[in-house]
Amino acid sequence: MRSVDVAVIGAGPAGLSAAISARRQGADVLVIEQNPKPGGQLIKQIHKFFGSKEHGAGIRGIRLGESLYQEALCTGVRVWLDASVFGIFDASVLLVARGLLENKSASKYKVHAKSIVLATGASENSVSFAGWTLPGVMGAGAAQTMINVERVLPGKKTLILGSGNVGLIVGYQMLQAGADVVAVCDAQRKIGGYAVHAAKLSRAGVPFRLGFTVSRALGHAGVSAAEITKVDERWKPIPDSTEQFDVDTICIAAGLKPYAKLALMAGCRMVYSGILGGWVPAHDRCMMSSVPGVFVAGDLAGVEEASCAMEEGTLAGLGSARFAGLGEPGEIAELSHRAEKRLRELRMGRFGDHRQHAKNLIVEALSRG
Amino acid sequence: MADSANSVETLGYHTLQELGCASGFPSAVRLEQGACAVIECIQEIPCNPCETACPNNAIKIGNPITNLPVLDADRCTGCGVCIAQCPGLAIFVVDMGYSARAATVAFPHEFLPLPNAGDRVAVVDRTGAVIGDAEVLGVHNPPANDSTAVVRVLLDKRLAQHARGLARGESTLG
Amino acid sequence: MRVLKHPVLGDLLDAAKVRISVDGIQIEAREGESIQAALLASGIRISRYTDKRREPRGLFCAIGQCTDCVMVVDGTPNVRTCVTRVRDGMVIETQAPAGGDHAK
Repeated sequence: MRSVDVAVIGAGPAGLSAAISARRQGADVLVIEQNPKPGGQLIKQIHKFFGSKEHGAGIRGIRLGESLYQEALCTGVRVWLDASVFGIFDASVLLVARGLLENKSASKYKVHAKSIVLATGASENSVSFAGWTLPGVMGAGAAQTMINVERVLPGKKTLILGSGNVGLIVGYQMLQAGADVVAVCDAQRKIGGYAVHAAKLSRAGVPFRLGFTVSRALGHAGVSAAEITKVDERWKPIPDSTEQFDVDTICIAAGLKPYAKLALMAGCRMVYSGILGGWVPAHDRCMMSSVPGVFVAGDLAGVEEASCAMEEGTLAGLGSARFAGLGEPGEIAELSHRAEKRLRELRMGRFGDHRQHAKNLIVEALSRG
Repeated sequence: MADSANSVETLGYHTLQELGCASGFPSAVRLEQGACAVIECIQEIPCNPCETACPNNAIKIGNPITNLPVLDADRCTGCGVCIAQCPGLAIFVVDMGYSARAATVAFPHEFLPLPNAGDRVAVVDRTGAVIGDAEVLGVHNPPANDSTAVVRVLLDKRLAQHARGLARGESTLG
Repeated sequence: MRVLKHPVLGDLLDAAKVRISVDGIQIEAREGESIQAALLASGIRISRYTDKRREPRGLFCAIGQCTDCVMVVDGTPNVRTCVTRVRDGMVIETQAPAGGDHAK
């Protein structure tokens, strides 16, 4: 059995930020990541980030991921890659399988930690329609992984369902990878993502079909066409309003939901928040869940974006170090205060307001007990 | 300024009318004097790299960072450093004073193939419609831009307020 | 199809070649890539056929959760090809419906 002060599960922006801030308070930190590469979603975010300089604005996600990882290693954080946590007990013991992805027997480890940070991210929602099981129908994030990480086109012509930032960004990145995007459709009558992302697609000649959903994927061995149908304000299909596109891929960008299996296993109380993606582990302002010593950060604690993930990770790292009896309380309080301030900035404007409000409800739910 | 993102939400692009009265848009008079940045960013999101990018302090956002960028067109020299620094690829440099009939437009370009100086290219407006052709004067892609190339084209002055990119060509993969 | 050139990611760097077989046919893969990436690069997008209706399935989530991409790898069924890395000499088979018959 390995013993550490702080165990961080997930090496995405939240997990790495938590590891770095905990390490800086003197904690012995182990990061456990199930993928063979660290960085979480950052490894496929090839676009430049928004926010301010402190948030890495203007820097491509992939570079941020690399520099966060290097920073973690430089501070002395240990990282296990291709390591999957499959059990969590008494808020202090983790069971880890290493080497699963090599398709040989995995070796198993028991890790004891004084405090734990869960930064397990989120998974994609799906939308079902006739033919949705055909090869060629996939999550937008799945397509993004193939083009930006594996450097393989999942198809040559795609339709995107969902006009939030993921759909818009993946649409643009499919074009950059050399695929054709025939349209972005959304059952909503308004584009969900940022105007600047939509504008890039419009300049590239990609049409929007708002108030439409995918009604059918056609094909035998795989997708060969997509049929979309107009819907009314209550998303009911309007008869005889279909349009068909020749495509070999349909990318579904219908939002993300927190990947909370370990949080549930740990006994965390969950709160439902539609805006933040679904069932979210309730947490306080220091990112501690309802289970003492178990902290949450990043998309697991509510789907937002990488900048928020990094700040929440910092808060969780500081909290987890303090819980483990480490660090200097005054410094921890000051650093936490600054991270909270940066978070408030990121949650401003009409996109951020809703998330700030939703986050307030989560914290209130926990304090009500 | 009130969030005037309405048309983009349903169309996918801003109209020139709503952009033209935004704080990042220079006057017609200023554009006739020479190259100037045109910031087509009118939706409040937390973002301010343009403010720190400008070597002449011509762009102001301040606090909170959701404020829309305000362009001081008199300070702006049209150097174009901001073009590659905007994560939204929403900044252009337009020079309506180039000659009596011609103007130049510089825009960010993150696709392959990159054009070459001297190429004759089809240019598109904000909707992606081809509106005419132009001559590529230069393609600038230094390491500091981190792969956001800046393409500067010479075109008919009447196209300058509309041309915002190259027509999407054949896929490089065939 | 591989993305050989990319405006942001640059040219695809060389990687050691790995030989794998898919339903008896040898294909070339790149060291370190996922099985699914090697398959898609060769234009193969069917991973398995379903038990009841013998319908084709392929890549869906790409993070090892949905099991649509599972195939028989080196004799072991239900291997998630989207997260499992290729290895030289790997033998991969389209996973048949329970009962053994291939729908095709």
